[in-house]
Amino acid sequence: MRFDPERAAIRFGCGLSARHAPPSDVAGMLTRLQGQDHAAEMFPIPGFAPIHASLDEVGQAVRKQRNGKTEAEREQGQEERRAAVRRIRITGAEWFRQSLLRRALGADGFRERLTQFWGDHFTAVGKGGPWQVAYLPYLEEAIRPHLSGRFADMLKAVIVHPMMLEYLDQKRSVGPNSVAALRNERLSGLNENLAREVMELHTLGAGGPYTQADVRQLAELLTGLNYDRVEGFRFRPAFAEPGAEQVLGRSYGGETPQLSAIMTAMEDLATHPATARHIARKLAVHFVSDQPDPDLIAAMAARFEATGGNLPEVYGVLLDHPASWHDGPGNVKQPIDFVGSSLRALDLVPRHVPSGFGKLRRVFLGPMTLMGQSWGAPLGPDGWPEADDAWITPQRMAARLQWGMTAPFTIRRLLPDPREFVETALGRTVPEPVRFAAASAETRAEAVGLVLASPAFQRM
Amino acid sequence: MTGSALSRRRFMARSLALGCSLAASPLVTPVTMASAPWDARLVVIILRGAMDGLDVVRPVGAPEFAGMRPGLSPGGHDLDGFFELHPALSNLMPLWRAGELGFAHAVSTPYRDKRSHFDGQDILEAGTGMDALGRVRDGWLNRMLQAMPGIEAETAYAVGREDMLILKGEAAVANWSPEAALALSPQAHRLLELVTHDDPLFRDALIEAVELSRTDLAMMTGGEDLEPGEMMNAMQENMRVTRGGASSESIARFAAERLRGDARIAAFSLGGWDTHAQQDRMLPRALAELQQAVVSLKEGLGPTWQKTAVLAMTEFGRTARLNGTEGTDHGTAGAMLMAGGALRGGRVVGDWPGLAEADLYARRDLLPTRDVRAHAGWVMRHLFGIDGAMIEGTIFPGLEMGGDPGLVL
Repeated sequence: MRFDPERAAIRFGCGLSARHAPPSDVAGMLTRLQGQDHAAEMFPIPGFAPIHASLDEVGQAVRKQRNGKTEAEREQGQEERRAAVRRIRITGAEWFRQSLLRRALGADGFRERLTQFWGDHFTAVGKGGPWQVAYLPYLEEAIRPHLSGRFADMLKAVIVHPMMLEYLDQKRSVGPNSVAALRNERLSGLNENLAREVMELHTLGAGGPYTQADVRQLAELLTGLNYDRVEGFRFRPAFAEPGAEQVLGRSYGGETPQLSAIMTAMEDLATHPATARHIARKLAVHFVSDQPDPDLIAAMAARFEATGGNLPEVYGVLLDHPASWHDGPGNVKQPIDFVGSSLRALDLVPRHVPSGFGKLRRVFLGPMTLMGQSWGAPLGPDGWPEADDAWITPQRMAARLQWGMTAPFTIRRLLPDPREFVETALGRTVPEPVRFAAASAETRAEAVGLVLASPAFQRM
Repeated sequence: MTGSALSRRRFMARSLALGCSLAASPLVTPVTMASAPWDARLVVIILRGAMDGLDVVRPVGAPEFAGMRPGLSPGGHDLDGFFELHPALSNLMPLWRAGELGFAHAVSTPYRDKRSHFDGQDILEAGTGMDALGRVRDGWLNRMLQAMPGIEAETAYAVGREDMLILKGEAAVANWSPEAALALSPQAHRLLELVTHDDPLFRDALIEAVELSRTDLAMMTGGEDLEPGEMMNAMQENMRVTRGGASSESIARFAAERLRGDARIAAFSLGGWDTHAQQDRMLPRALAELQQAVVSLKEGLGPTWQKTAVLAMTEFGRTARLNGTEGTDHGTAGAMLMAGGALRGGRVVGDWPGLAEADLYARRDLLPTRDVRAHAGWVMRHLFGIDGAMIEGTIFPGLEMGGDPGLVL
């Protein structure tokens, strides 16, 4: 099998659209990806600046709540804290709406899918207060600018990002012999969390060629990576463990702690052959199949190694390989892909997509949770599951069906003719039972729901 | 519109043809239910937000208590002369008198000092010590399942819309939320069977979803078939309900129905415990949900209640003293609620640490005198006959179970 435009839009993009023609070839997909980010311009999502501002507001309110001189002042602090969190959550909901609009209306579906893929690869979950809505700004700042660059550069952006430093406890990791620990014994804890996940999840992969000693050494090397609530990333030499560290047999750093030593180690981990295999496998599983062709993985890994992790080169192998174009059944869409591609098929204009925290929660975020995807908040740093059967359980299937039958009507009111909609959503290859169901349902809403619930639409 | 009428007739003919082969078709595979190697039932309720054990099971016999908690909502029920039960749990007093309700006090997980809900809940559900914070990716109920032979996919249910770490892991676990209940008209149901027929993953999930929806559907429609318009209304209604999540009653009823059958384990969570302000108004709401859940479980389980243990646990307790906004802040030790006919209730178990300034943890919180995991461990030990070494080594790594509190009859 070879490149097919409709399959390209479904398997590597955000689905078919009445508005945008599907990609015409691999070169066009890669050129578009490396060109201007039109979707981000049309539907902007900010970087971390509003999160920093909100963290600052909340921090000041908490200080007032704790140290206020009078009860009234303390109560006011508490109210200010709540109000600040409420404000940022309302604002953050609109960012989620923007990300849906990018999927529904953007020309470059591949870019949106890659953003989701790498955001999941570098999972960081914001917990509590303004962090709860920090996921999309994190993607915008640390992930999206590096989609078509070198893998090493994305890794380096991620490990200095406040979102990751907070999520994997790096902020609290202090070298046992650091200046800070020697001054204050309570500050003596080394935290291995980020170091472990960098090797296990982000680079070499579980079962990769590293030992607990490497984890420990990398954790010592990473001490000093920290952030300021307002200013963002900060390297704190006082927290850093002095002396060189041995990671995978190579020595990094010297007596004086330096950020550059950490970056050298990241460069080496990012371009390691085990990393090449790990990333190649993950891409193949995510885009092509739960059981991908070993040859596809090998070819991508080889290009990764040969180019030092140049990502468009690796995507090129993925898109050129015959195994990537098998005629199904493809992977089951994750809820975000299902919802996004449904909106895309419904041919919306932006005003159709509801705005406001309550509506977004009711129409999208609540149902997606029921489908098994609490947006931006997977249970662990290993991110969302890839296996099809993790997503199609009775409850999750019911939630998809329920959403498909009700949400389009909530959003559009005037639903398309189901006999046409089935062609828009599925393209040339509409299975006969789906075409029949679309024409036979008792209402338009049910017909649209049946098309969206069909395996033909649910799979990529 | 003739076209549509025609195609409908054509469809009816098709589905009749489908009907003929139903007996042999995988379409009617019933929900697979497998029995576990034991007959007892365990329900774990996670109380998210940190329940204030000192207000729920009030140590009114402690001389310091009245001073720490001025303006306590009145009408508590005397339990044993020292402890009193919060008035919002009045409907559970018959269970207490029947020996089917008890509490463990001054208990906590190994989580200390940082007092973050998220980390606290992770530790509670992972069942580990603090050293494993952020590293463990499965829950203690799942590890218990992994340790038992003969567990099938329907042995354990996580009920509710969100994933629960406590049941996450290698062992297969079923998940269902009453708010997912499908209200399908007969025509829509048939068309769905048609479009999923050739994809086993979707087909089987749909069949089970329809089956699992029956309990809730019966409440919605009185058991009648849905007319087309009604179906959309019912679904819209479900979407509306989804906003606030399913009620504790519908969750408990669903869990009870499964447990009355072949399921053995169920877990769900209840929120609303983070009472930083106006606790006398906020806490009764959360307690009403908890009370409703316990009552619905008992009603729904019928005779099976006699083989059941319900444990309601929270991530940590709250400060001993009321704060400036008539609430309490994050603390350390708290209380666990235990209910069920399989338990020896009617008592508040625990080694009471006292409330004098010097007896408090960090001079602010109730001091933990026992690991809450020890109680859960002993319940599993006796309820399911699980080996102590398995509990201390695998299910709750690093736990020392200590003496048997004799919680199970």
